[in-house]
Amino acid sequence: MIDESTRRHGAVHPSLTVIQPRRGRAPLEMTALWSYRELLYFLVWRDLKVRYRQTILGAAWAVLQPFVTMVVFSAIFGRLAGVPSDGLPYPIFAFAALVPWTFFSTGISQAAASLVGSQNLLKKVYFPRLVIPIAAVLTGFVDLAIAGAVLIGMMVVYGIVPTLTTVWVVPLLLLAFVASLGVGLWLSALNVRYRDVRYIVPFLLQIWLFATPIAYPSSLLPEPWRTLSALNPMVGVVEGIRWALLGADTAPGPLILVSSAVAVVVLVGGAYYFRHVEGTFADIV
Amino acid sequence: MDLAIRVEGLGKQYTLGRTSGNETLRETLANATSRIGSLVRGGSGEPARERIWALRDVSFEIRAGQVVGIIGANGAGKSTLLKLLSRITEPTVGRATIAGRVGSLLEVGTGFHPELTGRENIYLNGAILGMRRADIRQRFDEIVEFAEVTRFLDTAVKHYSDGMYLRLAFAVAAHLEPDILLVDEVLAVGDARFQRKCLGKMAEIADRDGRTVLVVSHSMGTIQRLCDHSILIEAGRLAEMGPTPAIVARYLSDATTAGPGQWIDVSAAPRRGTGEARFRRVRYSSGVEQAGFQPYPDGPLEFTFEIEADEPRTVPSFGVVFADRNGAKLVNADILAEGETLQLEPGLNRVRLSIEALHLNAGVYQVTLWMGDTVGAGFDLVEPAFDVDVVAFESAGFGVTPGSEYGSVTCHVSVEQL
Repeated sequence: MIDESTRRHGAVHPSLTVIQPRRGRAPLEMTALWSYRELLYFLVWRDLKVRYRQTILGAAWAVLQPFVTMVVFSAIFGRLAGVPSDGLPYPIFAFAALVPWTFFSTGISQAAASLVGSQNLLKKVYFPRLVIPIAAVLTGFVDLAIAGAVLIGMMVVYGIVPTLTTVWVVPLLLLAFVASLGVGLWLSALNVRYRDVRYIVPFLLQIWLFATPIAYPSSLLPEPWRTLSALNPMVGVVEGIRWALLGADTAPGPLILVSSAVAVVVLVGGAYYFRHVEGTFADIV
Repeated sequence: MDLAIRVEGLGKQYTLGRTSGNETLRETLANATSRIGSLVRGGSGEPARERIWALRDVSFEIRAGQVVGIIGANGAGKSTLLKLLSRITEPTVGRATIAGRVGSLLEVGTGFHPELTGRENIYLNGAILGMRRADIRQRFDEIVEFAEVTRFLDTAVKHYSDGMYLRLAFAVAAHLEPDILLVDEVLAVGDARFQRKCLGKMAEIADRDGRTVLVVSHSMGTIQRLCDHSILIEAGRLAEMGPTPAIVARYLSDATTAGPGQWIDVSAAPRRGTGEARFRRVRYSSGVEQAGFQPYPDGPLEFTFEIEADEPRTVPSFGVVFADRNGAKLVNADILAEGETLQLEPGLNRVRLSIEALHLNAGVYQVTLWMGDTVGAGFDLVEPAFDVDVVAFESAGFGVTPGSEYGSVTCHVSVEQL
């Protein structure tokens, strides 16, 4: 009977469902998550549609925020303070870091607010709850692509020619995604129980911005502090992208390794924590 | 026969009080400190909190293809049961096994976004309810036709009327086609014509091959029309499961909330009028035990009122008004029509108002209480005061009565071949 029903419905939903209290660690249930990939798609699609329909500037916001920050950083840190920039023109040095940073920080703040913002769904419909914060972070890829196009335009202006190492940008952006989602999962789940999280996030991201070598190069740090600083996953991302895209001589190998390890630990831990507390979301949100 | 749902000892406990909601970090820290404190002093370490069982010790089995009603008073645990079965919340104890794809409908229009168009919301809502894009595309025209919104398909739903919005929402859900459908009282939407259409669709879903349906409803009429079997839940426990007529009869006979024979206190209800005379309490009964003393189509109904008056008074207009769920007034049982008057003494008066035959079909109706002069302002108007459930009960024919969805008011008819 189970086989029959599975065939009929293309195995989209497990056809024998057992509902009982959890004991011990909740499994991640990646297959259930995968079967809801279309919902993921529609949630991302909804967020984009709504945003572009409601805002006048629409796509421009994706560029404006990192661009204005870049201008301010260039004036203050580049000109006034004379911060070194690994031999690159300061504006592109800062912008190449601000693009992935904006993706990372927007992902975190959107994910953190996502569950509380979807209360009505949590209380009325079942689906793997992980879909909600994942969709929130994924939406950021569209903004990232738009800001990325501007970055490419700036490379043309500054006469920076891409090389073979440029392909490393893809895994580095994946690293930024893993880091953003990892932190986002923790904060979104915590936010359901502790609404304090809402106030902590902007503050946290502000400190994090300056703890990441965006306005300055990490080459300013002596070893072993430089490698240790990569415990912040965005260090690996930022230094890696400068190396891959702009040809900066940052030797980011060890940084990327450390950052990747941390990001994966945060993500896996976040996913298990999320699944662990997920059962109470509908009751307490 | 295959089992669709097996529930064994299912229970859900909630923690009452502030800590059940979102506590602040400060409270958690404070709790943690006091827990450590009591551990040091040799206590159990668990702070005392009030816990209640919303559902306890519930076991039953439902065969594939059965349509089962869940009835019970407000707060008895019906909705909690549906939430557990649809995996929205987790049980505290027990276990439920479900064979087949589950679709739950605890609310129509969950996840609708006002800024998106009707077309976009069909896809979004379908995905939220667990439909695949290919399924939605395949049924798209059917959904649009059912909802009767073809012309407004590309209009943002924030510009829809309430009726259009609900029609669209129900239409998406009705085309979900899971093996097991869990429905919570969503039928009471839209105008009478659309309600009838919804009910028809529900019956169609239920009738089709092997579809299992669980319906929670307050309307005994709906339950009686749709379900062969029903489950009665009382105070979080399964009181009885069996054929619907028996379960409904039992529910009606031990209904404690504003049921027949119970005094309903309306002294604090919102009201209008001069207040020269005031309704204090009221109770009603059809006097027919087999109907659980509930009103039934073309049956008698008797009201007993307690009325407070300041001075002796003659009341020429006094009665009750029955309205349907949409507020449309259907029956005005006023003594004015009979040319009778009511004499009130200062202080507390007890008054009986008798309706010989209530010409209403089975369904839930709102009752409004009224007394006043023929001219000028009324003395007291409580609108609406409470709901009554007119139950389907032995009509002369085949033992079934039509529900209110085909018209609320009854009349005597005859037929002969010419």
